[in-house]
Amino acid sequence: MTVAALSSNPTPAILPGSGGMRGALSDLFWRRPKLLLLLMLAPPVLWLGIVYIGSLFALLLQSFFSIDEFSGLINREFTLKTYGDLLQAANLDIILRTVTMAALVTLASAIIAFPIAYYAARYARGRWKALFYLGVMLPLWSSYLVKIYAWKLILAKEGILTWLLAKLNLLWLLDAWLALPIVGGNSLSVSFTGTFIVFVYVWLPFMILPVQAALERVPGNLVEASSDLGASPGQTFRNVLFPLALPGIVAGSIFTFSLTLGDYIIPQIIGTSRLFIGQAVYSQQGTAGNIPLAAAFTVVPIVIMGFYLWGAKRMGAFDAL
Amino acid sequence: MTSAVSFKQVSRHFGSVRAVDAVDLDIVAGEFFAMLGPSGSGKTTCLRLIAGFEQPTAGSISIFGERAEGVPPYRRNVNTVFQDYALFPHLNVLDNVAYGLMVKGVGKAERLKAAEEALSLVRLPGYGARRPGQLSGGQRQRVALARALVNQPKVLLLDEPLGALDLKLRENMQEELKSLQKVLGITFVFVTHDQGEALSMADRVAVFNDGKIMQVGTPEDIYQRPNTRFVADFVGSSNVLPPDFVQRYAGQHRWGSLRPESIRISSAASGNGVAARLVGTNYLGATTRLALDADGLRLHAVLPAGMALPAEGEAVMLTFNRDSLHLMDEPA
Repeated sequence: MTVAALSSNPTPAILPGSGGMRGALSDLFWRRPKLLLLLMLAPPVLWLGIVYIGSLFALLLQSFFSIDEFSGLINREFTLKTYGDLLQAANLDIILRTVTMAALVTLASAIIAFPIAYYAARYARGRWKALFYLGVMLPLWSSYLVKIYAWKLILAKEGILTWLLAKLNLLWLLDAWLALPIVGGNSLSVSFTGTFIVFVYVWLPFMILPVQAALERVPGNLVEASSDLGASPGQTFRNVLFPLALPGIVAGSIFTFSLTLGDYIIPQIIGTSRLFIGQAVYSQQGTAGNIPLAAAFTVVPIVIMGFYLWGAKRMGAFDAL
Repeated sequence: MTSAVSFKQVSRHFGSVRAVDAVDLDIVAGEFFAMLGPSGSGKTTCLRLIAGFEQPTAGSISIFGERAEGVPPYRRNVNTVFQDYALFPHLNVLDNVAYGLMVKGVGKAERLKAAEEALSLVRLPGYGARRPGQLSGGQRQRVALARALVNQPKVLLLDEPLGALDLKLRENMQEELKSLQKVLGITFVFVTHDQGEALSMADRVAVFNDGKIMQVGTPEDIYQRPNTRFVADFVGSSNVLPPDFVQRYAGQHRWGSLRPESIRISSAASGNGVAARLVGTNYLGATTRLALDADGLRLHAVLPAGMALPAEGEAVMLTFNRDSLHLMDEPA
């Protein structure tokens, strides 16, 4: 293009509107951005407000009803009797078991996820980063049930893990572990250890991704600055990396913790016959037909998560956001 | 004279890129040393080699006589002021400054007192409770300086610390850094691509190009007596004169450099000199920069403001002292 072509501009200073419905709408939205925002937000707010939260509250309402033990009919009068039932020793046992499992799964996920997320955020570039995302996400694309049954085979007495340990002459280690109370059992696939392993496996991506996102936002020169000021790698981890990754770890733990609290399929397929909250809800609303008690059980994870977030906020987990 | 930092044939290669290539360098204890060069010339890599963030591919580095290869940054008593400050966003200003003392295990009361003193030193007393995000660029710069100085380093490294500041602030900080260095007596190593900054602040300057040091000397040496075309051109945009031209006026077949301010301009009719034509003017406030064409050779001259300027396209006569024409070492 010549200078002359660039310097002689034949178009007017203000262009005419493009005309028609679309042109008029574009101009209207540009002049009134709030209108566009309202139109964009209305469907999700309606969905979230009525369909999602609304039905949750309808469920919670059920927990304040009670069941007539003789007729099995629901008595629609406001009462705290169902919550009284929830506090029976057998039910408290279920809650304690579930919360302990969720806490252990969360802790293990955080410990395993951190180095993976750190590598992905700090070192992986280009093709390796794509491979990382693929590796983390791939298990999420396949069916949850298939994966759990696959794990049942891996952990079974005749399974690949036993075979591998036998080859390595480490079977005594597995037997010693299985002989332990609570965590042990006939085989890994019918022990709490097995439940734990599969929970960690299934929820790990939900911890890796937020931790990686948090570490990605930590500028590399903060690590250098810390080292420059005399901090050993361990001190840099404790004083710089960990506090800055904490919002990501908390976000990840919300997933792993609450997903473990609510899941009823994994402990049913892999583990002992002792119930977790999810299974209790399932059996109360199904076989037992006790919707109020099932609803009361679902309140437990919500309350626990509420306290968890409140505690995390007080500890300053969101300060670095 | 104690040597603060000494490079012997130091190279740092990244694959096929020779970021630093067989550099010899001696920085004297207590001096304000500037590393000057265009981006990608290896000056920052040299700084990172001193800090310990990079390890040399070849050669040896010693800091106050002690070998530094393989020594991690946290075991070097050297501190860095980073280009973008690298303040910890989750700590307040006081904890940022006290960080170095904290990781060394200094007690809380003592380290906070030292940090408060360091903040006074950089004229930010009472700013300790703020977060880095609440400070302006100039204030963050001072916090970064205080955070480094509180550790009483043997060498303070500054990586283009003034690059992000506006002109007025930059001039203030230049003066302050210089007087701070005099008061504290710490060796300062300062990386910059701004030749004015290097000349005005440093005791000695090393000019970098392409991973090599082209010249080391006092600002006057570098400015008045550049040894290569690159240095003459980079430091203060000198007129580089080709050997044939120099042959005519100085009788030697060598590359020459002539500072714009040593060229005098008179009307074309008068006397002998270099005949030239004015092709453009550039108003700079205190001075006016003239672009001249001397028979195909592009020259620049600088006139103080208020002098009568020839018209554009007018023929003029250029004269200069023989002494101001510097002959360079670079082979013709």
